[in-house]
Amino acid sequence: MSKLTVSFILNGEEVEHETLPNRTLLKMLREDFDMTGAKEGCGAGECGACTVIMNGQAVNACLVLAPEAEGSIIETIEGLSDGTHLDPLQQAFIDNAALQCGYCTPGMIMTAKALLDENPTPTYEEIKEGISGNLCRCTGYKKIVQAIQSVADQNRVGHGND
Amino acid sequence: MKFVGKSIKRVDGVKKVTGSLKYVDDMKMPRMLYVAVKRSPHPHAKILSIDPSEALRLKGVKDVITGEFYTKRGGLYLEDKNFLAVGKARYRGEAVAAVAAESEDIAQAAVELIKVEYEVLPAVTNAVEAMAPNAPLVHPDLGDYKVAPVFFPEPGTNISNHYKLRKGDVEKGFAEADFVFENKFYVPHVQHVPIETHTAVAQMDADGYLTVWASCQSPYAVRQALSAAFDIPLNKLRVMSPAVGGGFGSKAGTTLEGIIIPLAMRSNGRPVKLTYSREDEFENAYVRQGLHATIKTGVRKDGKIVAVQNEFIWDGGAYTEYGVNIVKAAGYASAGPYDIDNVHTDSYCVYTNHPVGGPYRGFGMSEIHFGIEQNLDIVAEQIGISPVEIRRINGLKPGGRTGTGELVEVCGLMECLDNVIRDIELDKEEPASGPNKRRGKAIACGWKAPSMPNNAASSAVIKLNEDGTAHLLVSAQDIGQGSDTVMTQIAAEVLSISPEKITVRTGDTDHTPYEWQTVASRITYSAGRAVYEAAQDAKAQLFELAQIKLGVYKRDLEMRDGFIVSQIYPDRKVAISELALGLTFEDGSGVHGPIIGRGSFIPPNIRNADKKTGLGDHPVAFWTYGAQGVDLEVDVETGHIKVLKVASCFDVGQVVNPQMLEGQLEGAILQGMGTALFEELMLKDGKILNKSFVDYKIPTSDDMPELVVSFVENPEESGPYGARGVAEPAMVPTAPAIANAVYKAVGIRLSTMPLTPEKVLAAMKAKGQTK
Repeated sequence: MSKLTVSFILNGEEVEHETLPNRTLLKMLREDFDMTGAKEGCGAGECGACTVIMNGQAVNACLVLAPEAEGSIIETIEGLSDGTHLDPLQQAFIDNAALQCGYCTPGMIMTAKALLDENPTPTYEEIKEGISGNLCRCTGYKKIVQAIQSVADQNRVGHGND
Repeated sequence: MKFVGKSIKRVDGVKKVTGSLKYVDDMKMPRMLYVAVKRSPHPHAKILSIDPSEALRLKGVKDVITGEFYTKRGGLYLEDKNFLAVGKARYRGEAVAAVAAESEDIAQAAVELIKVEYEVLPAVTNAVEAMAPNAPLVHPDLGDYKVAPVFFPEPGTNISNHYKLRKGDVEKGFAEADFVFENKFYVPHVQHVPIETHTAVAQMDADGYLTVWASCQSPYAVRQALSAAFDIPLNKLRVMSPAVGGGFGSKAGTTLEGIIIPLAMRSNGRPVKLTYSREDEFENAYVRQGLHATIKTGVRKDGKIVAVQNEFIWDGGAYTEYGVNIVKAAGYASAGPYDIDNVHTDSYCVYTNHPVGGPYRGFGMSEIHFGIEQNLDIVAEQIGISPVEIRRINGLKPGGRTGTGELVEVCGLMECLDNVIRDIELDKEEPASGPNKRRGKAIACGWKAPSMPNNAASSAVIKLNEDGTAHLLVSAQDIGQGSDTVMTQIAAEVLSISPEKITVRTGDTDHTPYEWQTVASRITYSAGRAVYEAAQDAKAQLFELAQIKLGVYKRDLEMRDGFIVSQIYPDRKVAISELALGLTFEDGSGVHGPIIGRGSFIPPNIRNADKKTGLGDHPVAFWTYGAQGVDLEVDVETGHIKVLKVASCFDVGQVVNPQMLEGQLEGAILQGMGTALFEELMLKDGKILNKSFVDYKIPTSDDMPELVVSFVENPEESGPYGARGVAEPAMVPTAPAIANAVYKAVGIRLSTMPLTPEKVLAAMKAKGQTK
């Protein structure tokens, strides 16, 4: 199998990378770019631990093949904070104790990010439904939903001030 | 208190929300080799030959290993297993050979090229059948296996442990009873399903020093097991557990580490790595044992239970090195949290050709309570009293006696019951949401004790830094439950410094002190107590120096906000930072040197129970009691159960971190709901039919009901600030509470988990309740 070159924007930076065409986006991110925030929980698109945002949509990186990244904009958990300041969602997860073992957390936050980017003020039920593709075995989900809700509430206030 | 009892934010929070915490599978090391495993396609087969020659010829393959390289058996309580099969395979999926190669893909391809010849043996895939006299023997050499003296294998059978509890005279009890009922329950195999699968890396240096990085709950126990299996002295074997992506018991033992070590020993210093796929995880990580339970109850007209006879038959799977202790724990807890004078229990650990049973959150309690708590509701109804009344009459209270005859001193069971009755509004009838829906509310209780060796130890070291900060070293593992934060809070409380001034380091057998295991809901209690002692030790050293410095008696000193302060002359004080490296006099000379606090702990006075009767006055460190209430709806057309609300309350002794404790109880409820409603490993002739998330569903956010949790605080005398463990007990009452509520809703009693729509409909049809 011959390698091919893919170009895309990764966390705001233009990158060009040579990869085998059957490599998944997840493997490429984790092994070639050493961005290990996205995790492999099942390798079959069922657990959401590998969630990244591609062209504004939350996707399971284990189901995306590397060539599909060509020309796309990809955001991962590594790009969410600037290294010193956390994204409001990240802070909300800490404040609400919305994480335990942390393995699902990066994927969960990226799904929540995509959800809020599309709808800054989702309802409780919309949040519950929005993260239902991301499995968490530790928390029972309540505090995760509350964390996302707290950011939605901030957004709601923000909109009110507009 | 300043820090204990407060919702301090998780100390590992930032690393986890930024994705920067490195789990073992995130590790990539120079010249690393990747391992893939050849597995038995048969549940029971003699291995006639293994031919790796073709695999070894594949470019990029470095090594192939089989069980013959290390034939020494090992195991935590019963030495019955090899990391790679020796002579025969005892379950489908058992590792028979392993490949190390330059990439995962090459290793996987090589596995296909290994040729194994088997002679298929008759398999036994039902624990009850495995107890029959003519059943095929999974371990014909059981009599030769080394076993801890508190377990009782029956050589020549498939019974690897027969636990007996004989309290009072059960026949006399039944004779005195006004009613005797017998009920049977079955709990199938389920799995832990941590989102992180099992993973480990091993590297051996040229001087024979072996380093293992493993996602494991218990680095010291892993070190001990590996040392024994591979004859490596403990000072040449370092086990690190940098992070654990969920455990629930599945990462308590030693599993895949043993597969990669022989490869590491032969790889000329190259690190080797194995990460289970989800399919591997379902097949080869521990599963929760299946249980066939029979409960016979003698009860008086006034609701007093006078006798209970239990038979628990556990499907332990192919190896029960750990399972024997689950069976024992279930046996001594078999009366449930109830005061019953006559108890007769036989709990059998039975070998089958099934995946390996192992510790799962609850350690047998969830399984036995599915029967115990439904049985109580059945009995209550038969004699015409309410589920609450039968629990109030028989539930343990201070002054009562447990199933093993232990005097109960601290017990908030009745308070927990009151709280969940209040929170679930048990007595308030509420309408169903539609014409096809039936609503029901019910309760269940539960208890659990840490199941561990009597002398299971913890230790901690606290080093003070010259700026008044501190490093806390423990080997209690934060597997998500939040122990890093809890340990920090306890140290902060004793030293009266803010938690931000303490950095906790864990999980490295070369650098963090001994911890038996992160299991059994024992960490807050036991490791927490060791941390408390270490901080007290540091404090005592500070006081020795401060009394010289300040010219006051040390008995009059206290820690306050980073200072050692005289309680009599508040202006006399010295900062921790000033004494952290010792006391320096005006002439520049010094004494004592750095302050290093040391804490060690073994729960006091736990003694073995009597071998013949199982009775004991203090066989466990403590019991944790609690209750749950469930409000649900059953759709009579589809059989679908929708849990609307769950209330949970436990007697935790002392809340250390309210927010994280809520998280433990909430997570436990969802995990319990999964087992109650849909989780089951579908086993057919030893084969798992549903080893993916497509076919094995765990709860999602969509399944989350309204969750209400509360706590009762009757202090545990030997725990830090009175705290006791709760992570496992919190899951125990969920499944039976759901089953009891289904009965309330539609009048059907399901004695087999999970309560699937198919079973609900079939049971309703049998009762003539559907159209």
